[in-house]
Amino acid sequence: MTPRVVFPNKILPYLLVAPQLAITLVFFYWPAGQAMRQSMLREDPFGLRSKFVWFANFEKVLADPNYLNSLKVTVIFSVSTAAVAMSVALLLAVMVDKVIKGRGLYRTLMIWPYAVAPAIAGMLWLFLFNPSIGSLAVWLRWLGIPWDPLLNGNQAMVLVVTAAAWKQISYNFLFFVAGLQAIPKSLIEAAAIDGAGENKRFWTIVFPLLAPTTFFLLVINTTYAFFDTFGIIHAVTGGGPGKATETLVFKVYSDGALNQLLGDSAAQSVILMVIVIALTAIQFRYVEKKVHYD
Amino acid sequence: MTDAAVAKPEAQGTAVALGRREEGEMLGLSRTSRYLAHVLLILGILIVAFPIYYTFVASTHTLQTILRPPLPLLPGGEFFNNYYEALFGGIGRIGGVNVWTLLFNTTVMALAIATGKIVISILSAYAIVFFRFPLRMTFFWLIFITLMLPVEVRIMPTYKVMVDLGLIDTYTGLTLPLMASATATLLFRQFFLTIPGELVEAARIDGAGPWKFFKDILLPLSRTNIAALFVILFIYGWTQYLWPLLMTNSNDMNTIVIGLRKMVSFADADTEWHLVMVTSMLAIVPPILVVVLMQRWFVRGLIETEK
Repeated sequence: MTPRVVFPNKILPYLLVAPQLAITLVFFYWPAGQAMRQSMLREDPFGLRSKFVWFANFEKVLADPNYLNSLKVTVIFSVSTAAVAMSVALLLAVMVDKVIKGRGLYRTLMIWPYAVAPAIAGMLWLFLFNPSIGSLAVWLRWLGIPWDPLLNGNQAMVLVVTAAAWKQISYNFLFFVAGLQAIPKSLIEAAAIDGAGENKRFWTIVFPLLAPTTFFLLVINTTYAFFDTFGIIHAVTGGGPGKATETLVFKVYSDGALNQLLGDSAAQSVILMVIVIALTAIQFRYVEKKVHYD
Repeated sequence: MTDAAVAKPEAQGTAVALGRREEGEMLGLSRTSRYLAHVLLILGILIVAFPIYYTFVASTHTLQTILRPPLPLLPGGEFFNNYYEALFGGIGRIGGVNVWTLLFNTTVMALAIATGKIVISILSAYAIVFFRFPLRMTFFWLIFITLMLPVEVRIMPTYKVMVDLGLIDTYTGLTLPLMASATATLLFRQFFLTIPGELVEAARIDGAGPWKFFKDILLPLSRTNIAALFVILFIYGWTQYLWPLLMTNSNDMNTIVIGLRKMVSFADADTEWHLVMVTSMLAIVPPILVVVLMQRWFVRGLIETEK
């Protein structure tokens, strides 16, 4: 950082950072440390004594078919959510970039879902699609589709992906619109003069130039799908039917809070921390690259 | 939104969809393709708005109508009855608690978290940028790394800390631990770094101490950032789920999102769907209003916080 003019006080700065630091130490670092410690302990069946078992909890968790299942569920859920939310948002952003009238109105109508809590988003979609009173479920049955997400695991997955993707469209839309506006119009005009059609211009000019935005959104959407969708799963399926929609975060919660398997839950927490660190690292590598482009 | 900071250099394009540019023709866009764009956009908006619209429709019908799907596509005549009953009717409909308590708790949570995060972050960013002191960078990194420790990855130990501190079922427990914010601190730090050193120098020559500089110069300059951040953080606080789920046992400390979850039981034929739908509307309309009415700040805040 560049040397800059500063105030000479000695005590004041500590007082200024104190509140933030106190909160992070008590509510972030202490529990995170506990999670790491706990992940290497195993309690006896009565929860009276615990002994240090090194990585045994991790070995147990990683060998557990239920855990591997929830890893698979999380990957399917995240990839589908990101794919749906991003492609719909990109399509709509490209369309809004084309029109001249009504842009502001379209944007206003497009940002609503952002303000809806994930759990409520889930409940709204469940209301539409639940087999007994859901109107869309009735329509699906009229079409001859046997629809019951409360019994069919794949349909339950479709339902939570729909709710999760729906909520994320607003966010992606705003970023794609900003990304599209940053593309120099002269490039597109030049291509138009050279006779490139709309489709060709999109795939050869616009889409590649949007790559930074797309990549950024990919990371954000993955993080969102991994960590911020707990409410949707909890409110809509509770991880079921069976374990068809049990994501990693949901499993940490159900193993820890409901089943009191503290060592297992802690080991899973640590694995999740590694995933977050990896995702954050990718984000910041990307920051550096971007700086070079600019 | 996660508390995750990311790069977003194109943010200059903040004025996202301001109607400009009449050069549509120049870009070789045919009239048909623009009409097609409108059609697709309207279709997209119908899909995006449908769940919210249908919830509103359901909130204006009788329970009997809702129980015999499909529901009509237009609002029914029970608007006043349903809303009156949910707001003023039977007290304690949701596990012995009325909807006002839930709305009050949620408002407290959203406002306290948004205000708290902004105050705490602006102070620490101020210290980190405008002072030199031992451990400065250590503190910066300590704050920064919390990005990688969302609640979701440390559920059980955090819960235990809250129990040990006696913070379950308290407003402090609901709000204080969420007030640390790496994202907001980074945002303010970045903004403060753009403030020229001459400004500080001039203030010091005029005899302004750190407090006066902060209050009379820095705060007014940060107004836009504060407003933008406030909208984002208000939504963040209002839509919290896992945290209040863990931190509250007693029903009268629930937020409206948690309360709503408790009202809904799909196996249970007694669920009063018309009232559930009214409660859903009450839970989603306030944050939607904030986003729509403060749209300029919202879009700005969203794009800036990810920088």
